[in-house]
Amino acid sequence: MKLKHFLNLEWKQFFRSASFGKSVALNILMVFFALYFIGMFLLMGVALYPLLKEVFPDQDPFAIVNTYLFFYFLGDMVLRFFFQKLPVMSVKPLLPLPVKRNKVVHFVLRKSAVSFFNILPLFAFVPFSIMLLLNGYPTLSVLIWFLAIMVVTLVVNYLNFIIESFSSETELSFLPMILFAGSVFALNYFNIISFSDLIAQGFTAIYNNPIFIAVPILMLVGLYMTNFKQLKSKLYLDSSLKSKVAVVNASSMEWTKRFGDIAPFMQLDLKLLWRNKRSKSTVWMLLLGLLYGLFFYPQPMYANMPWFFAFIGIFVTGIFLINFGQFIPAWDSGYYKMLMSQNIKYEQYLKSKWVLMTMSVIILFVLSIPYVYFGWKILLAHFAAAVYNIGVNTHVILYGGSFNRKKIDLNQRAAFNYQGTGAVQWIIGIPLMILPLAIFGVTYLVAGFEIGCVVLTVLGITGIVLHQKLMTFITKKYLDSKYKMIDAFSQD
Amino acid sequence: MIATHNLSKSYGNKTVLKIENLDIPKGQSFGLVGNNGAGKTTYFSLLLDLIKPSSGHIKSNDIMVHESEDWKPFTSAFIDESFLIGYLTPEEYFYFIGELRGQNSADVDALVSQFKDFFHDEILGQKKYLRDLSKGNQKKAGIVAALIGNPEVIILDEPFANLDPTTQIRLKGIIKDLAEKQGVTVLVSSHDLMHVTDVCERIVVLEKGEVVKDLATNEATLKELELHFTGNEDVEA
Repeated sequence: MKLKHFLNLEWKQFFRSASFGKSVALNILMVFFALYFIGMFLLMGVALYPLLKEVFPDQDPFAIVNTYLFFYFLGDMVLRFFFQKLPVMSVKPLLPLPVKRNKVVHFVLRKSAVSFFNILPLFAFVPFSIMLLLNGYPTLSVLIWFLAIMVVTLVVNYLNFIIESFSSETELSFLPMILFAGSVFALNYFNIISFSDLIAQGFTAIYNNPIFIAVPILMLVGLYMTNFKQLKSKLYLDSSLKSKVAVVNASSMEWTKRFGDIAPFMQLDLKLLWRNKRSKSTVWMLLLGLLYGLFFYPQPMYANMPWFFAFIGIFVTGIFLINFGQFIPAWDSGYYKMLMSQNIKYEQYLKSKWVLMTMSVIILFVLSIPYVYFGWKILLAHFAAAVYNIGVNTHVILYGGSFNRKKIDLNQRAAFNYQGTGAVQWIIGIPLMILPLAIFGVTYLVAGFEIGCVVLTVLGITGIVLHQKLMTFITKKYLDSKYKMIDAFSQD
Repeated sequence: MIATHNLSKSYGNKTVLKIENLDIPKGQSFGLVGNNGAGKTTYFSLLLDLIKPSSGHIKSNDIMVHESEDWKPFTSAFIDESFLIGYLTPEEYFYFIGELRGQNSADVDALVSQFKDFFHDEILGQKKYLRDLSKGNQKKAGIVAALIGNPEVIILDEPFANLDPTTQIRLKGIIKDLAEKQGVTVLVSSHDLMHVTDVCERIVVLEKGEVVKDLATNEATLKELELHFTGNEDVEA
């Protein structure tokens, strides 16, 4: 079994999957994003040196860059945690074949080294290093420094997988990462332990004395070995097949009976959310969404940008809607055939999802009321955004679901599949947030803040009034694509 | 009860099923046999409107299956594990199916309690999710779920596969009872000729999507079927 066989398998997996058409469209979008970032990094790499020279004429630009490396790597780590997935490969069919386990693991790990996240820094640091050389810095030292940057990038790469595998074993998903990054940042910020100085000193030491590059290289080797061990231990069938048997925690959920004929579906949805790892993380996502406003509102910079409030409002009150809604009906893909052969009213099935999303918006709005501390305008904007979410976004996302052709395997705990969400899933949320931002932004500029809120609210109420009509239309869309969905969901 | 007329299903220019006429009267236990790719599951999927016919139609109780959904209240099926909801316990699953079929939990309890023997103490009260049960036990749960709500048509694809011998024998009893005593139309597919001849009054052999034999079961049927399938193998070899 050679490398080319593995690559061949990957290639076929990509081109032969049922969601191929959709992946292509998304991939094109991803390419644009990638090009944008490459451009930005390139620009930064070229312009950074002269810019720093001009702004801080009495300081060494190289030294300034070194002091900011800490923030760069910390940001890198957080971004990777959310967007970079360990390359997934379906290993089960390979296990009984004469392929050495070591080879499979090495392949997966090495493949991750050519990730976009590791290539992107090249576009900034290569031109920056060239600028250094052009400005008379010693060649060998600069090259070693550059090498050290790349090695540390890889260190972050492999460290990330360890953190991901650790956090995937707890129910808290991303909380440990946020906690870790937050506390490191705080320790640095309050000068308790100055990581930025430590990192800067480290890189300066490597720059001055090439021998010190051994330190990051040893770290890299150590992390690679740790990853290797960890993955290899997961490469046995029993670890992926024989998942531990969960003890059932059953409740009758009598309160859902109030919703009448959609009650069985609501019970099912709630159990779905709570009993599967993948969907459970969308519940934890609520916490992150709710705190999202805290990143912005305390800063005076944003206090003067009220057009931004509606966007945050959409996000804060709609985080569950976006995360849960975008996978309708894929959540039920595992037993979709059964649902379709049962005596169900499609509209009730969809209505249950709608009620769930609407309830989440209302609950999140209520929980976000304390933001009024930062100004009554925020409360007003959040209210308008919540109404818009209920009236418009719920229907938009349900409609979008009728194009959903990608199966979610709730039961599977694939050995390499740590994170449920990749960059692709985040992109789908964009139209849901950009559109109201545009509507609000334009009306705000033309007619003022209050009118902007009124427009969003009116749009939302229109959606609520038309709810029955919209649902009938959406249901028809789902019925039309019934056979296609069944077909796509029964593929692996 | 079930009338198939001019039915065909093709993918591209490959026809996988072509049945000109097949009528299954009410209360018949009907067996479908055939090698892999003969079209058994395709026929069942068409019966459940999970795929669209390329031509022709199936009428169930005079209802066009691919046009109306009114056949759903009196039809139930267990095709494969994808009919189960992995994150529910068997009891919750039965109640869920029950609610969809208009049965309250007492009705469901009453029905399910008849299958104590069949479950062999491995399904009920286990505090386990369906996804954590073995393949055979999952199948038992699925088959019993298909009996909830007094359906008039029950479709079971390969019900005997994966089951242990004791359960196979019990299942045969259940199917016979349904057709003979309760007048339910039962459609069963199987690779196991012995089981089908034991259970079904009528056996249809599919080959490359077409009906090649339509037999009323008697003592000679098993021999005839065995001969038919050995004959085929000889031709292919």
